[in-house]
Order: sequence, then C-alpha cells, then structure tokens
Amino acid sequence: MIPAAFDYFRASSVDDAFAHLQRLGADARVLAGGQSLIPAMRFRLARPAVLVDINAVPDLDDILIDGPALTLGATARDSAVERAAWIGESRWSLIHDVSRVVADPVVRQMGTVVGSLCHNDPSGDWPAVALASRAEMVVRGKAGTRTVGIDDFLVDSYTTAVAEGEMALAVRFPVPDERTAGSYQKVERKVGDYATAAAAVQVALNADGTIRQAGIALSSAGPCAVRVTAAEALLTGQMPTADLIRAAGDAAAKASDPQADLRGGIDYKKSLAGVLVSRGLRQALARLGVRS
Amino acid sequence: MKVSIKVNGVQYDKDVEPRTLLAYFLREDCGLTGTHVGCDTSSCGCCVVVMDGDTAVKSCTMFAVQADGHEILTVEGLAQGGTLHPLQQAFWDQHGLQCGYCTPGMLMTSYVLLKRTPNPSEADVREELSGNLCRCTGYNNIVKAVRQAAETLQAAPSTK
Repeated sequence: MIPAAFDYFRASSVDDAFAHLQRLGADARVLAGGQSLIPAMRFRLARPAVLVDINAVPDLDDILIDGPALTLGATARDSAVERAAWIGESRWSLIHDVSRVVADPVVRQMGTVVGSLCHNDPSGDWPAVALASRAEMVVRGKAGTRTVGIDDFLVDSYTTAVAEGEMALAVRFPVPDERTAGSYQKVERKVGDYATAAAAVQVALNADGTIRQAGIALSSAGPCAVRVTAAEALLTGQMPTADLIRAAGDAAAKASDPQADLRGGIDYKKSLAGVLVSRGLRQALARLGVRS
Repeated sequence: MKVSIKVNGVQYDKDVEPRTLLAYFLREDCGLTGTHVGCDTSSCGCCVVVMDGDTAVKSCTMFAVQADGHEILTVEGLAQGGTLHPLQQAFWDQHGLQCGYCTPGMLMTSYVLLKRTPNPSEADVREELSGNLCRCTGYNNIVKAVRQAAETLQAAPSTK
C-alpha cells in the first residue's frame, strides 16, 4: 500500500512545470490535489516515474468570473468552489450541487476540479457536469495554449486530450444567463463511494418559457461520461411538460450503458439514470420558478 | 529529499523518500502516533490533520514532500499547557468516543469546520463529518460534542 518509488519536482511556475513535462514525457504525471492519483499509486494502478507538483505555482488556484466564462485554475479546490461568493445564484446551481457531493468534505479540501476532469474516471462527477455545462478545457502544449471542447477532451476511460508532455491549465464554464438553472442528481450507497448512477442537467429557457438549450449528461453510465444527445434534442425548443420530462428520462435510460456491480444490475442502473434525469429536470425548472 | 515541516509548532527537518506519505512521516519520523491510519485509501478519515490552520487533509493521501514549508497541526497539538482543547473537552463530556480510533480524525476535521462555520447546525456537523467513519457508530455523541465545542469556542473567542 506504499506507492512505487518516484522522483519529485515541485514546479515554481507553469513554464517550469511544462518544461519538466516536456522533458519527461510519458514518465511524468502532474500532481494537483492527488485525491485520485495517490490512491491509484498506492494500489500500484499508477506507477509514474516522476511527479510534477503544481501546488506551489502562484495563481493556478484562481476561481474567476470574467466576461463570458467562469475559469477554474488547475489547483482550484472543490471546497473553494463550494464556498465561492456567487455559488448560491440559481444560474450556478448545477455547479453548486456537484461541489457538495464530490467525494467527502475533507477530500474536497484537497481535490481539484481540473484534476478530476483530467483523471476522467467513468464514475467521476465533474466530467458529466462539464458536459452538461458545455465547458472547455485550457491545455498547454508545444504549440502554445489551446482550448478543447469538453466533448473532445473526454476521450475514454481515464484518457483525455492532454497528450504526453502537456498539461491542463484550467476549465472554463460558460456563464449561464438568468433563465438558466441546473441540478446534479447522484445516488451513492454512502458518502465517498462511487455513484450507483448520477445525472447532470442544465436548462436555459427562452422568454416564452420554451427550452432554449438543454445539457444532459450521465456519470457511472459507461466507459466515459455520456452526453445524452437524444434527450437534449427532445427538449430543445419545447415547453417543459411532465410528458416531455419523462421522455427525456427514457432517452437517458436508453443511452446509459452501465456495468453490473455490487451497486446494482444493469437494468436497475439504466432505470435509475432515467429517473435521475427526470428528477434533475424538474428541480432545475423549479429553480427557475417553473412547475412541471 | 530534504523537507522542513512545522508540526504543532515544532520544526522537523528530515530526509524522506518522495513516496513517504504524510501520515507515516508524522507517525514514524516525528513519533506522533496520535494520527491514526485506518483504511489507508482516503475513505475513513482517521488520519485527518490540519494544514496551514485552515485545511483538513487526509494525511494518508498526501505526500510528506507536499507539506514541505507548511504547518501541520495534529491531535497532539490541540491541548495547550495541560488543558484540553474545547473540542477534546466536549468529546470527553459528551462521551464522543468509544474505542477512540477515529477520534483524532474527528477532532481535526471538526477543528476546521468550527474555524469556517463557528455555529454549525446539527446537519452541518453531520455533513462535514461524513468522510470520517466511526465503526463504534457513536455518531450521535460526536455530533453533540462538536456542537458543545462550538458553544464553548464562541463564548471564549480568544481560545484557539
């Protein structure tokens, strides 16, 4: 239960971290909060030869709303998001919800949002939330800094668009307008366990009450977080009704592709994913004052 | 690798392997065995310590090299001059421990909770301690103890 030996570099700046990563390539991993990486190293599921610690890099923990985007830097902690001054606004309700259910309250004091996205655990919370929010990632590569849409960033289980020698610098969430709200619905056996199923939902309404845009995504529902495009298409342009919400849930159940384990069988998990999407839609709409 | 970590106000300058976990640094290099290791995988919270006065961390899931240059508070640093910290006194008064194995983690997690939320509701305490497991299942008295400590600390804000 002690990790394999590794070399350790503490980066003093993004340039310094990037130089280490470029030099070391596949041998190196970035250490941010470490709340997924260190347990993986302890189980010897991960054996990086070198860790590049970015926790001492100044300003990398920024949580900043600037114009059209909320930017969370690579070392911004879950608990800092949970306590942000604006987090109570209903437009941020999806992010508020998830920030209170990631792992447990102590793990959230170290764990980072960007780290969770880079880990891309199929049962992670942030990948589904980033999909529903239509976030984008800021990645530092050889050719400079680029942005990658979240759908392209989340490649497969534990795999992202961050290539060897590169590092993710931040995640950017579009600032939702005032007619937008969301909900994160997670069923877990106990705090800190992997979700049995979880759903991230965000809806933006037009002035006439029809749905302008919907973001629907699932966690623990396949090898990677799943965007439920069928549900998003069903909802867009429609008035939210009980039937429509049920249909969106059914589409999510259909899109869910879970594995049977101690938390439940496949039929149960698929059904649960659908229920959670419907429940999330009702809660998001309620937060906008719409009864459905 | 050389590290310099202040633990409970005492400077420890040690040479450690990078893979040394903070929990083992505290227990084996500093001789501070009050920090317990339960699950070893960040699930149980027995190993929680406080970093830089305001962050509760699971010391089994952090490397000692990450604490280089930082200040750590462990359960041994709570009592001052033979007087129990209000949290410790409250755990005593409310019978907030049975076997005591989880207690250091419960105390250190609660320490940060009370810094951030001086007057927590019962729900706040239960939520904040949800990553700390007590296999004696003595949760009710633990929650009572944390709320008693909150009252004591609020009545005497000069206490740490």
